[in-house]
Amino acid sequence: MNGVRRELISASLIVILCLFAWIREPRFFEPQSLNSILLYLPMVAIAAVGQLPVILTGGIDISVGSILGFTGIAVGLMFQSNSHLPIVAAFLFSGLAGGLLGAVNGALVSWGRLPAIVVTIGTLSAFRGLTFLLSRGNQVDSTMLPSSFTNLVQQGIHIGSVTLNEPLLLVFLFAFVASIGLGYTQFGRNVYSVGNNIKAAYLRGISTQWILFSVYAFSGFTAGVSGAIYASRFGFVNPESAGKSFELTVIAAVAIGGVKITGGYGSVLGALLGCLFLACLNVALSVLGINANWQLMVYGLLIILAVLLDSLLRMTKRKAAV
Amino acid sequence: MKKLFLPLIAGALVAGCSPVSSPNSKTTSSTGGDQQIKMVYIAKSSGNPYFNQIESGFKKAAAQFHFEYSTQSPTSADATSQLEIIKDQIQRGVDVIAISPNSPDALDQVLDQARSKGIVVICVDDDLTGNESHRDAAVLPCDTKTVGDSQIALMSKLMGGSGDFAILSATTDAPNQNAWIAEIKSQLATPQYSKLKLVTTVYGNDESQKSATEAEALLTDYPHLKGILSPTSVGLASAAQVLATSGEYPGGPHASTDAIQLTGLSTPNQMKKAVQNGVVASFQLWDPSISGYLAGYLGYMIKEKKLTLSEGGSIEVPNLGTVEDGKNNLIYAGPMLTFDKSNIGNYNF
Amino acid sequence: MKKAWVAGILSLVSIFVFSRMSPEFLDWHFLVTNSTTYVEVGLLALGMTFVIVAGQIDLSVASLMALVACLAALLLKKGASIEEVVGFALVAGAFLGYVNGFLVAKLKLPSFLVTLGTLAVYRGMAQAILGPRSVEIPHQFVGIDQVGVAGIPDPVLLFAILAAVTGLLLHQTVFGRWVVATGSNESAARYSGVPTEKVKIAVFVLTGVLAGIGALLMISRLGVARFDLASGQELDAITIVVVGGASIMGGQGSMLGTVLSLCLIDIIKTGMGVANVKLPYQLTVIGILLILAVLAINGSELLARWKSSRTSQQSFKSQPSG
Repeated sequence: MNGVRRELISASLIVILCLFAWIREPRFFEPQSLNSILLYLPMVAIAAVGQLPVILTGGIDISVGSILGFTGIAVGLMFQSNSHLPIVAAFLFSGLAGGLLGAVNGALVSWGRLPAIVVTIGTLSAFRGLTFLLSRGNQVDSTMLPSSFTNLVQQGIHIGSVTLNEPLLLVFLFAFVASIGLGYTQFGRNVYSVGNNIKAAYLRGISTQWILFSVYAFSGFTAGVSGAIYASRFGFVNPESAGKSFELTVIAAVAIGGVKITGGYGSVLGALLGCLFLACLNVALSVLGINANWQLMVYGLLIILAVLLDSLLRMTKRKAAV
Repeated sequence: MKKLFLPLIAGALVAGCSPVSSPNSKTTSSTGGDQQIKMVYIAKSSGNPYFNQIESGFKKAAAQFHFEYSTQSPTSADATSQLEIIKDQIQRGVDVIAISPNSPDALDQVLDQARSKGIVVICVDDDLTGNESHRDAAVLPCDTKTVGDSQIALMSKLMGGSGDFAILSATTDAPNQNAWIAEIKSQLATPQYSKLKLVTTVYGNDESQKSATEAEALLTDYPHLKGILSPTSVGLASAAQVLATSGEYPGGPHASTDAIQLTGLSTPNQMKKAVQNGVVASFQLWDPSISGYLAGYLGYMIKEKKLTLSEGGSIEVPNLGTVEDGKNNLIYAGPMLTFDKSNIGNYNF
Repeated sequence: MKKAWVAGILSLVSIFVFSRMSPEFLDWHFLVTNSTTYVEVGLLALGMTFVIVAGQIDLSVASLMALVACLAALLLKKGASIEEVVGFALVAGAFLGYVNGFLVAKLKLPSFLVTLGTLAVYRGMAQAILGPRSVEIPHQFVGIDQVGVAGIPDPVLLFAILAAVTGLLLHQTVFGRWVVATGSNESAARYSGVPTEKVKIAVFVLTGVLAGIGALLMISRLGVARFDLASGQELDAITIVVVGGASIMGGQGSMLGTVLSLCLIDIIKTGMGVANVKLPYQLTVIGILLILAVLAINGSELLARWKSSRTSQQSFKSQPSG
């Protein structure tokens, strides 16, 4: 019940934002800007679905941007050596490469018993360095990627002039799997238990280390899939800039979606709504032509506003409970 | 346990460092018996094909004139990280620092330090505009007027001489971009371009995501838009991808009456596909390796005291011809190239 | 306290390694004058030590420093005297730090998200105010790093003094004990009479003031202020504090460790720079070093914990209260 209420708040935030944008600029509801929102979504949403279990356990994965950069380059090089690679294989490869990097985070957090924020600040830097080494300082260009791969976002289900692009379908797949996994399996319940009280979870016989390891590996996997989407959407991957500050977007999205940053509370739907909010916000800022110099500040204020709202909601709930 | 970890870290340090310090192009063996000149080039950021091409020019000059060349570039494009690199390079004892500065003014102090130690400082591709006294010379690819004029001429040609267009730039504080845009605006005031209208200038921050969102917003906000001019490679590549997706390029699936002509500045490799697919008919750039070659030559000659710069004079450059030494020792490397379907296959950078 | 020496020992090891790698490295005068570059991030780290020991995190420090730098530069340009500008920078730093502290302590929001928001807001404000411009600093205020006493530049001296003062504050005063108590167990601290809310506000204000001082040193060193100064340095500051032996979970940390760790990072970055190691390699090395250093710091504990069978472990927590 509580979960539903929190997600209703996220949804109404999105509605308010869209209405506001629409009043200021009616074109905001043109198919073109809806498409723009739908194109923004997949990369962030898939990584957010991966970040969610990590945050649910009380951890954090700051290295996702570097994993995205690394796998984006890896996919490019993969296609360069074999341009007939099936698209599905490319996504799988990219996800597995990301999962491998995520597993490094996971091993350090679970068996190395290091704090997640420290580990992933370290790997944020180390993976970015590896990205440069892998690319040998060269960018992956569109010539290295087959057209069938870079055309992905143009394909999908067309509803009038709005396109549900193919990577978006991937979001649904991940969201579905994660919802089932977190909501209806023992594994999911264990993830929440670890986030609520890791000691209690351990004493109840939950294999906390495997839980921790697998959420980071999964986060890496999703960031890897996002890396393939990045390469397919933009047609080029720069080892320096691909995925830079991506972690901030993903974490902000998850937080805006009502996921408790200290763990134990949050849902896939919430995380997705958080992503949708950021997507609408970004497109609104551009469509409204907000002076580029003001955008960063507006972005920050909205994050704080969302967190504030969240805590107000919790306080009123706590009062109601008393 | 601690005793176990410390050697491990020391080992990691050695392992992480030793293999890379050696292959830094020691180029050819010294010729005259004198000590070779040591030159370093500091790009704006690592991993950018544009700056890689400049580096290839330096390598060519190093092989030809026999100086020791290496490169060291920050992993993110900000001025303060270049500052640390310069300090380290001074300590390394380099003779020439060539740099593509990330800021026109934040490096003044440290470049003065370098010059007080007899190091020759050459700016490449971008200048310390307003602070020219802190470097010896600057090699820029093309003058602002040429770039602005050729860009607007190309845009106008593609649009058939009339209609609305928008500019998709990098960051609001990129000096090159702003200078070109100012020149484009001044050209628009002339009768030649009276039927062209610049509806807005937006900024993609040189990030793919932001550039794409801005380009998409342009399509939304200006349904009658006929052209997008993006004088930055990230912007142009992202906008091309946006047009390919929306199909509103000339001859594209959704190009009804208002097909959008896209052009700008970028490297050929990055745009090859968009040109082959017809999303971008034509775009421009210069060959960045010429700037690198010229800067390498100048740095070498100035340090060897074989050349003194005099404003207004001309310099004979092997393999390149004569270049003019302009005001403030600003030297332009060379011609604007226009790429289209017919010639893009001939270039590889 | 013993943990602090890990960074010290590593510094000595690195000095040895780098002096073997390049003959130009061991140059006392160079090393000292070059360290002015690291003074500002060092000041951020001093403040961050308090924040982290108090069990919080401050991601906004670098943005805060940039904002104060821009405002101070504008004041200088308008003809304000040096005394006025110094006063302003301290007050502005304190105020911006107070905003963080207020949101975290009074409104009980997680510091990670609050400061993620202010990270964007503070830099966004600097960008909104200055836009693309860079403000030149009047001549007489430029070059504090060029003057010094006995060959030691003024910023380094100032840093040494501030490090000593903050070290005393953390380790020898009641306030310092309060900070440690708040970080170790907030509710226990509160019940034993520690004004935890005020302590939390105070650590953010202190960080703000130190960042304000850093802002002045930075614009004097660079001779110019821009909105994008010091971007990303919040992660450097956190890295320094953690390598210095502080626990990201709060309650542990020493100023000596932070200072030694700053020396270590300074030596490693300078050493690799002089040896002309490419920056991507440097990124990788720094990232791996962070993780190895933390492993080394926690090594003895880890071993002990492994031996005494497995209890449970904790991962990142930004706020102990639920």
